[in-house]
Amino acid sequence: MENIIAINHLNKSFDEVRAVQDLSFRVKKGELFAFLGVNGAGKSTTINIMCGQLSRDSGSVIIGGNDLDRNVDGIKRELGVVFQNSVLDMALNVRENLESRAALYGIYGEAFRTRLSELARLLDFEDLMKRTVGKLSGGQRRRIDIARALLHRPRILILDEPTTGLDPQTRNILWNVISDLRKNENLTVFLTTHYMEEAADADYVVILDGGKIAAEGTPLELKNQYTGDYITIYGVEEEKIRLLGADYVPIRDAFRVSVPDTAAATELIIRYPDIFRDYEITKGKMDDVFLAVTGKKLTGGAVK
Amino acid sequence: MRQLNALVKRNTKLFFKDKGMFFTSLITPVILLVLYATFLSKIYRDTFAGAVPAVLQVPDSLIDGCVGGQLISSILAVSCVTVAFCSNMLMVQDKVTGSIHDLTISPVKSSTLAMGYYFATLISTLLVCYVAAAFCLGYVAMEGWYMSAGDVLCIVLDVFLLVMFGTALSSIIGYFLSTQGQISAVGTIVSAGYGFICGAYMPISQFSEELQKALSFLPGTYGTSLLRNHALRGVYEEMRQQGFPEEVVEAIRDSIDCNLYFFGDKVEISTMYLVLTVSVLVLIFVYIMLNRLQPEKNAVKRA
Repeated sequence: MENIIAINHLNKSFDEVRAVQDLSFRVKKGELFAFLGVNGAGKSTTINIMCGQLSRDSGSVIIGGNDLDRNVDGIKRELGVVFQNSVLDMALNVRENLESRAALYGIYGEAFRTRLSELARLLDFEDLMKRTVGKLSGGQRRRIDIARALLHRPRILILDEPTTGLDPQTRNILWNVISDLRKNENLTVFLTTHYMEEAADADYVVILDGGKIAAEGTPLELKNQYTGDYITIYGVEEEKIRLLGADYVPIRDAFRVSVPDTAAATELIIRYPDIFRDYEITKGKMDDVFLAVTGKKLTGGAVK
Repeated sequence: MRQLNALVKRNTKLFFKDKGMFFTSLITPVILLVLYATFLSKIYRDTFAGAVPAVLQVPDSLIDGCVGGQLISSILAVSCVTVAFCSNMLMVQDKVTGSIHDLTISPVKSSTLAMGYYFATLISTLLVCYVAAAFCLGYVAMEGWYMSAGDVLCIVLDVFLLVMFGTALSSIIGYFLSTQGQISAVGTIVSAGYGFICGAYMPISQFSEELQKALSFLPGTYGTSLLRNHALRGVYEEMRQQGFPEEVVEAIRDSIDCNLYFFGDKVEISTMYLVLTVSVLVLIFVYIMLNRLQPEKNAVKRA
């Protein structure tokens, strides 16, 4: 698959603080790319450099074949950005907001009206056009933020913690829309999130820590590398679980046994077939990966 | 060009929809008008009456016309700049709310963005100031009208130039601001201080010689003087027709800054226009260059 974003040896410091250190990664066309890290890890600095909002000390940024040094406007046309907090004009209504932003990309008149109708259908905000943005609910406002980011049909959508603070239903709606866009328009999605279950659905994950890449790979690769498997065994007494000689924790109606990998689980099953009557094997979670890689827990923005 | 139009439209709409910003802008000329009409006009009147030789009989309407002209020129001189500062705070508010990021991630030139704020502020300030000018002219009509149509047109032009000047000045200062506290501080300083340094609250002729020389370098001073000259031209004409000696008329002109001196040389009206126009052009140039050379300042202070 073709690379749509290529970052090479990116460096950025703020006085004594080295916000980004020798960062290199690739994003492939059409993939969901997750960029993880605690606050201050360097995610926003990297995104701001990619968007041409912040200068860099060294390194190269190529997006959609455009070099940031030579064609920053070309890059800006490739990117749609949904910011962590809505940055639309709260005093203006939805249509006025989108009209003013569309004009910045040269979308006026009939072309704007057509695109507005498409997005209103896609994101279901046809009845919100004349509502003042400041009076919309969090979920409604998020839909308008996404519409604003998609106005100029970008090939890459940057989502900076897009679902923080949203209820599960709205979060679900947003992900369905994004999933449709990826499927129908081959949209590349560059995601930063604090919700590990969202990162688990990514095609590729980069974990930043202290401005450097601490780990990268597909979720499966990361889980295999940084976490073990869990076997949940039902309907067995604790004495028998002890026989397995592995770490375990009792849960409501079962025991969860930790094993290094799936091969170790298979070995136990073969050795103690009478214990394994009712069981399931699960991979470790992205939370475990993040904890193993950074030594920190990422829970809704708070570091533990 | 259409990008610029869209930005101007957005900024102007935001100004008029933000009741706080709009009413703060309006309140400056209103407070000044009330302050002048109720308090300062009496002082001006007494000063004027005291300055005229006792042998001269001055009709009340002429004194009222003179005081009225002085009042409205002061109000307009201050309003053109303070209202521009209030209107232009949208530029800073966009940085405070983060809306600026949404504009700078689009392929719009930093100079276009900058001029979007400039023209929007110009339009909203002109609207407020022309409304204020209409009220001021109404006040003069009630007090004693000595202006010609030409004088009124000149006042319209003076207001336009001073608003251009105030907008450019506020744009440069606003460029360096990025917090709500800074907005409030600058608003307070400008509202309180500008009237003094431009000679609106108190004629420059009453300041010390050194201060007069220092203030003669400030372009706003010439804007105030232009307004004074046009608001009072008819009054002086009437004085001459009523037999006021030329020296007395000139002394009055000197005392209320209709005549301004740059290191002892009298500055002509045409020179005042030239100073103001050149200042506007220089300030706009500096503003655009600031945005071009340091666009990041508008975009991201620190990620």
